[in-house]
Parts: sequence; C-alpha cells; structure tokens
Amino acid sequence: MLTIAGKTFRSRLFGGTGKFSSPQVMKAALLASGAEMVTVALRRVDLDDPGDDIMRVLDRERFFFLPNTAGARDAGEAVRLARLARASGGGNWVKLEVTPDPRTLLPDPVGTLKATGELVKEGFVVLPYINADPILALRLQEAGAAAVMPLGAPIGTNKGLVTAFQLGIIISQAQVPVVVDAGIGAPSHAARAMEMGADAVLVNTAIAVAGDPVRMAAAFAKAVQAGREAFEAGLGAEREEAEASSPVGGLDFLR
Amino acid sequence: MKIICNGQEREVAPATTITGLIRELGLNPETVVAEHNGRVLAREEHEFILLDEGAVLELIRFVGGG
Repeated sequence: MLTIAGKTFRSRLFGGTGKFSSPQVMKAALLASGAEMVTVALRRVDLDDPGDDIMRVLDRERFFFLPNTAGARDAGEAVRLARLARASGGGNWVKLEVTPDPRTLLPDPVGTLKATGELVKEGFVVLPYINADPILALRLQEAGAAAVMPLGAPIGTNKGLVTAFQLGIIISQAQVPVVVDAGIGAPSHAARAMEMGADAVLVNTAIAVAGDPVRMAAAFAKAVQAGREAFEAGLGAEREEAEASSPVGGLDFLR
Repeated sequence: MKIICNGQEREVAPATTITGLIRELGLNPETVVAEHNGRVLAREEHEFILLDEGAVLELIRFVGGG
C-alpha cells in the first residue's frame, strides 16, 4: 500500500481528468484505471456556459481529488490557486505546478520551492511537480513536501522516461514517495517507472487521448501493477557478457 | 448597482448576497468558490456577504486537469 501524508492508497496509478472527450468517457476510464487519486484543475466559471460542470459525474467518495495549480506562472499565482482549491472543499492537498513557459510547461524550480514553503506553512499537503532534479527533490523534501512528482518528459508529450537516469537517483535518495508525472505515453513507460522503484505514476493525456480511453486505462492499471510486482520481486542484475541459461556441461556425447 | 463578476460588468440588485448571485447565475453553490475583492472566501461565508457597488468577484470551480 502506498501512504502519502498518512493517507493510504491501494492503487499506484493516479489519474488525470483533463482532455477527455466527454465526462462519461472520463468517468468510465477512471473507473477502469482503478485510480483512487485524481487530479483536477481550477478555472473561472464560464458565465456564458454555466451548466458545464464536468466534475459532477465523479463520486467524491470513490475518487480523492488532488487539485492542481496548473496555469500558475509564479509562486504567488500558485499559492492563490491552492487557497481557492482548499476553499472549494477540495481538502488541503495540492499538486503544486509553477510553469512560467507555456511552450515547454517545464516547472520553475525556484518558484516551486518558494511556494512549497509557503503552502506547507499554511497547512497544505504539497505534492510538487518538478523537473527530474535530484537535488531539488531533496530540497523540497526538507521544505516539507509530502511527495515529489518528477517528470518523465514534458506534459502531454507522451515521450516516456526521457529523464530515466535522474529519476533513478531521485528514487534512490527520496524519503518521501516519488510519483512520476508527465510524459508517460504508454503502459510500458509506466511499468518501467514502477520497476525502477517509483511509488506511483500519474497518467492523464495517454489515457484521455487514446483511441479507446477505457481500454487504455485498464492497460495502464495492469502495467503499473506488473511493474510494482517486478520491483518488489527484485530484478536480476544486468550483465555485460552472456551467461547461459541452460547447463554448460553434459554435452560430452556431442564431441 | 454594478459589480465586476469574472471580468464582466454586471447589474445586481442591492442587498444581493454572494450565494444569491451564484443561484441567480444558475450555478450550484456547493461547487463554486468565490474570491471577493481579492480575498478567498470559505463557502460558509458566501451567504453572509452582501455585494457592494463596484465589488470585484471571481467565481471559480473545478474542471478537468492533469
């Protein structure tokens, strides 16, 4: 079981709620994924289309909402969004995102560290989205982050674990859970992250934009479980030279 | 009297509460959160705050996101 800030989760796959073709598809896919934790964003109500409340389809008893601060360009905006999320009845958890550059959506390490400190002081459970920077992960842990969420690749790119080497260092050093977030484009990417020892993965785009999001969600659920079981079972060491799987001796009769 | 709600000027009756305006807009008061003149309000406060002339209100809610 995964525990973050004292709360346990059976599923190590976290879902996102963006980019689905309809609220019904989103709900079916999230149920198929087995995810308990799902991210949500906060936006101004569109007063010209006020009936568009897509979150009404999700049962808050079934899904634990993790509000994000997506769209915040600096620490101040992120703190403001986090406070709004808490006031919305979203609890005191927040996926902290500070992304100054809309082209890359890469997180600002300085702003993220600053906002983490402020939000922890205000009693938030903070899960910061970061580049796969091992030293930053340690700094955030010291600042009171409840988990760290390093990226595999930039948001929405489906490129997989481009940062695998650094992710390995983060996982080996972290005392808080490591949730690989962003860039995971295929179940094999998720399985690899879990085999490396990540505590969980967050997948949104790869499921939401799949040809069949419900089947893709189920595929991710299996991949995450398989990867975790492999990690717990202990992978064999890699070698530079071949080592026969069949007995080396007992072939005298051939020669 | 006039207020600014989500960036748009809007005419509201005197003595309108935030909850009253949320209902008037056809929104569910249980799912909307308000920022009133830059201050984030707890949902319980919505029904006790009367809008003044020129008030700046932001109505926010959860949407899909990753």
